[in-house]
Amino acid sequence: MGAATAKKEQIAHLQAQIWHMQGLKPALHGQDCIRGLEAIAKAFPNSIFPVGALHEFLNFVPEHAAATQGFIAGILQQLMRKGHACIWIAEQHELFPPALAAFGADPSRVIFLHLKHSKDILWACEEALKCEGIAAVVVEIGTLDMVISRRLQLAVEKSGVTGFILRTQAKGLSTTMAAARWQISPLPSIAENGLPGVGHPHWQVDLLKVRNGKPGRWEVMWEAQAFKVLEKKAVKVKEAIILKTG
Amino acid sequence: MASRFLCLYFPYLLANQLYVRKPNLAKGPLAIVKPEQGRRVVHAVNAEAVAAGIKPGCHVADAQALVPELGLVDYQAGKEERLLTAIGHWCIGYSPQVAINPPDSMMLNITGCSHLWGGEQAYIQALLNILKEKGYELKAAIADTQAAAWAVAHFADTAMVIAPGQHSHALAGLPLSALRLEENLLQRFYKLGFKNIASVLNISRQVLRRRFGEDFLLKLGKALGTVAEPFMALKEQVPYQERLPCLEPLRTAKAIAIAIERLLEALCYRLDKEGKGIRKATLSCYRVDGKLQQLHIGTHQATVHVVHLLKLYALRIAELRPGLGIELFVLDAVAVEDLEAKQERLWIQDADQGLQALSELLDRLAVRMGRNAIQRYLPQQHYWPERSVKTASDLRDEELVQWQLLRPRPIHLIARPLPIEVSAPIPDYPPMLFKLNGELHQISKADGPERIEREWWLEAGEHRDYYQVEDQNGKRYWIFRLGHYDVAQQVQWFLHGYFA
Repeated sequence: MGAATAKKEQIAHLQAQIWHMQGLKPALHGQDCIRGLEAIAKAFPNSIFPVGALHEFLNFVPEHAAATQGFIAGILQQLMRKGHACIWIAEQHELFPPALAAFGADPSRVIFLHLKHSKDILWACEEALKCEGIAAVVVEIGTLDMVISRRLQLAVEKSGVTGFILRTQAKGLSTTMAAARWQISPLPSIAENGLPGVGHPHWQVDLLKVRNGKPGRWEVMWEAQAFKVLEKKAVKVKEAIILKTG
Repeated sequence: MASRFLCLYFPYLLANQLYVRKPNLAKGPLAIVKPEQGRRVVHAVNAEAVAAGIKPGCHVADAQALVPELGLVDYQAGKEERLLTAIGHWCIGYSPQVAINPPDSMMLNITGCSHLWGGEQAYIQALLNILKEKGYELKAAIADTQAAAWAVAHFADTAMVIAPGQHSHALAGLPLSALRLEENLLQRFYKLGFKNIASVLNISRQVLRRRFGEDFLLKLGKALGTVAEPFMALKEQVPYQERLPCLEPLRTAKAIAIAIERLLEALCYRLDKEGKGIRKATLSCYRVDGKLQQLHIGTHQATVHVVHLLKLYALRIAELRPGLGIELFVLDAVAVEDLEAKQERLWIQDADQGLQALSELLDRLAVRMGRNAIQRYLPQQHYWPERSVKTASDLRDEELVQWQLLRPRPIHLIARPLPIEVSAPIPDYPPMLFKLNGELHQISKADGPERIEREWWLEAGEHRDYYQVEDQNGKRYWIFRLGHYDVAQQVQWFLHGYFA
């Protein structure tokens, strides 16, 4: 009996070590968890939002891309709090820096890289993820495969930088090494006290895949410079979606 | 070994330089003029003007009365000094020690130099010929002391070499003004009937000191060589350059990397001592077959970090084509800046290391992708969305104005607004629906309009009325109408961005 408990403890200990190596560790530059997203963090192992890890976001239409960028900007606000810079790699300049300020991220600390070829993008992304002096790397790229994501994962495991990969192409959606696969889609905004006009940003956040965690669906709002998970049961993502997305 | 000095005297320095610069300037008397106490005074002249009787110091009106066709050019302050410094640096090829004596002469310490030209006479001729060929009129003299060389160059007619030990004889025949005396002292000598230096040489020092002061004795002593005269040599500007000749031509990437590392170590050691850092560097590789290959790198902040700089070059070594081998490497620091003291940056509070690591990362990216690929944006005081941000030129640039937060701005701005079809029933109301790429969007919520006027001082065109709208599915857009609502003609609507 005693031996079995000891074994279990040891296994739990080893599992925690593995998680730590994979980036599921307390944040280096921010606080332990993304403020306002505690409910979502429960989906991850150890209930820690993985900071030194890769996050994959699916967005195939510009409206979804905008929602994703807004969501990431909200996370960046907290990651860049200590004054570290962020690198945003994209094919062309589409992100409008003043809007980052609305999500609390200082746009003058975001360095943009505009690169034409996906080979260059990946090289720059890997170099940036290896650099310990920055808070996060956001990269907009068409596709990502297992081999490349493995390389990127190895880079972040060493440096503790958070990587956000925005995938823009629906085809060839394969398994990757990312800690989580997200999909952010816009929902009708909610105005305060039923006022007319467009209200606060409101998204449906789908965690399609979580490494060692449980996927789920939440409704998140951006209000008063912070995330707010709306009080609704975390809808379980249908198995069908998971199957479809690989 | 006794010292030997060469004095070069340019009687018409400014005028000569003017003709060197502008060869088709009209020949004839010329005066360089500067304003002095409300009047225009001749500052310098050329040989023709002297022949016509114009001397520096006379008024322009008087000079023009003498020579009506006198050419006049304005004087630029400090010109002589700059010019003499430039010529002085060139003269370093003849002697390592060159001093300038503004406004019109310079001194070369030629001790131990002249034999390379085959004697002092040949040396002085070689130097004079080249300078005369360039267009300068000048006189020169070589003597044992600086003051003697100066005196002979200014007051003798031809280029003269005063043999060692003979300078007191040469000085004897020269007027007293050759000793660079002050004007009132000179007048006193003339009143007393002293005309040349010989006449004072026989008078005892005590008498001279009592009558004319210690200063005169000092000047006489400098000319005769009994008192040492300091020599203020021009400092040579050594370029930040390192060379590495190779006995065996190098061909492999590894060998080239080692060569670059050695060069960087030497260069960075020197730069670090002087408190400077590399911003731009050029590596020139001279191949055995005479071809030259160059690699340029740039950094985001001045650095002397050898490992980092080597990494930047390592990224580019593959571009080199060593051919049969490279026999000489030359590394130039093309642009250097003062090394920034290790200080806390405003926007990296954590540590200096953060910026250091970031800057090195950006250098690596810039080497591979080109500097234009890297952008950072700062706010600009413009409402017009396309102009509301500008690119920062440097990592250290701070924002001068605040980021504006009052008005909603989309997170995704479309570079060229997309034309859309709308149906808007009432003027100045947001549209009820719009069509984008064949898809119909029913507008359920809208904010606006926010009118943004075109900045007429920058470009012509109509204003924009922006609306923030949300369709039935919750997708949020930024659309605008160009110009006023008009019943008679179709107004144009555009999609300009997506909100988060």
